[in-house]
Amino acid sequence: MIPPVEAPRGRGYRRPMAGWWRRNPYFFWYMVREVTAVGVAVYALVLLAGVVCLARGEPAWNGWLAAMRSPVSIALHLLLLAGMVCHAWSWFDIMPKTMPMLFVGGKRVEASTITRAGWVVAVVAAIALYVVARMLRP
Amino acid sequence: MTVEPRHIEIEVLRYRPGTDAEPVWQSFRVPFLDDTSVLEGLQAIKDDQDGSLSFRWSCRMAICGSCGMMIDGVPRLACHTFLREFFPGKVRVAPLDHLPIERDLVVSAEDFVRKLEGITPWLVPREARTLAQGEHLQTPRQLEQFRQYAGCINCMLCYAACPQYGLDPEFIGPGLMALIHRYNEDSRDGARAERMELINAEQGVWSCTAVGYCSVVCPKHVDPANAVNQNKVNGALDWVKQRVGLKGASK
Repeated sequence: MIPPVEAPRGRGYRRPMAGWWRRNPYFFWYMVREVTAVGVAVYALVLLAGVVCLARGEPAWNGWLAAMRSPVSIALHLLLLAGMVCHAWSWFDIMPKTMPMLFVGGKRVEASTITRAGWVVAVVAAIALYVVARMLRP
Repeated sequence: MTVEPRHIEIEVLRYRPGTDAEPVWQSFRVPFLDDTSVLEGLQAIKDDQDGSLSFRWSCRMAICGSCGMMIDGVPRLACHTFLREFFPGKVRVAPLDHLPIERDLVVSAEDFVRKLEGITPWLVPREARTLAQGEHLQTPRQLEQFRQYAGCINCMLCYAACPQYGLDPEFIGPGLMALIHRYNEDSRDGARAERMELINAEQGVWSCTAVGYCSVVCPKHVDPANAVNQNKVNGALDWVKQRVGLKGASK
């Protein structure tokens, strides 16, 4: 076990951490990934509001649809879409690091293959969803 | 035929306890050839311009892990980085981020060593074997499970790349989490239970937010971020197993 100490970092001059995420582009993009996660949550809430309106009846549902077609809503959707693409890109980039080692035919699967597989699944799922949505349109 | 050396400006972050209240930049001009490393540039400063400049080094071939420093803001081994990369501009050399500066480019490794001693960083045989019984056999696949994590040279570049360690020094940190994983994944090892407690503790994997820069800067391709994040799954499963009455790996 690791013994606890009063000054865990050891002796010497300690540099401040203020503004650490602006020091390196890698940290900046990490923060973008974290911030865009909020965008994902916001979009989930927008959809949830739609479900609630649907449960309340036709006038509420039509009201939600009208709100979705407003310029403010379209601007918000474009912003959220950009955030979502950014989030997906940075997440698929880090995804191989979050997974156990994968072996196919005795050889380890490359990190770049896992990242590409993530993109393929995301794009196929998005297209499939779009096609199904078009088919269900009255 | 002799090759005329070119000259490059090296800016070094100096900190001399008792003299400097805080670190200050000092500039030097040093001659260099295509194969002159940043470490050799620092040695040229120490030999010819300022003998008081302090930095750690030993092997000069990226295996001892002593000469880690921030080179133009990136944690790198000074022996493994060439001055030609920065010419005709200058290069800025500073001590590893997130670690206290003892003097000039020398940082305190006290915290790292204290934690290293606490993670059981050796193989505890799963079963006792006598010499007559022969060696512990392992398949290539079993070896592959931990081989890359065994490549760590304790250079601490990953600690300088980890903002979570900088913000919370209680975090065990990427390098040592990878070392824990190296022994836990070894089919010959029997001390997993002991190390699982460290993995699942607050200063263990849960302090990591998957920044991932540790794996980018690692000179030995250990991929500490992968070791840490695999153990988030292991740690969570272990926690659940214990709650539902199954025996988890932790003691």
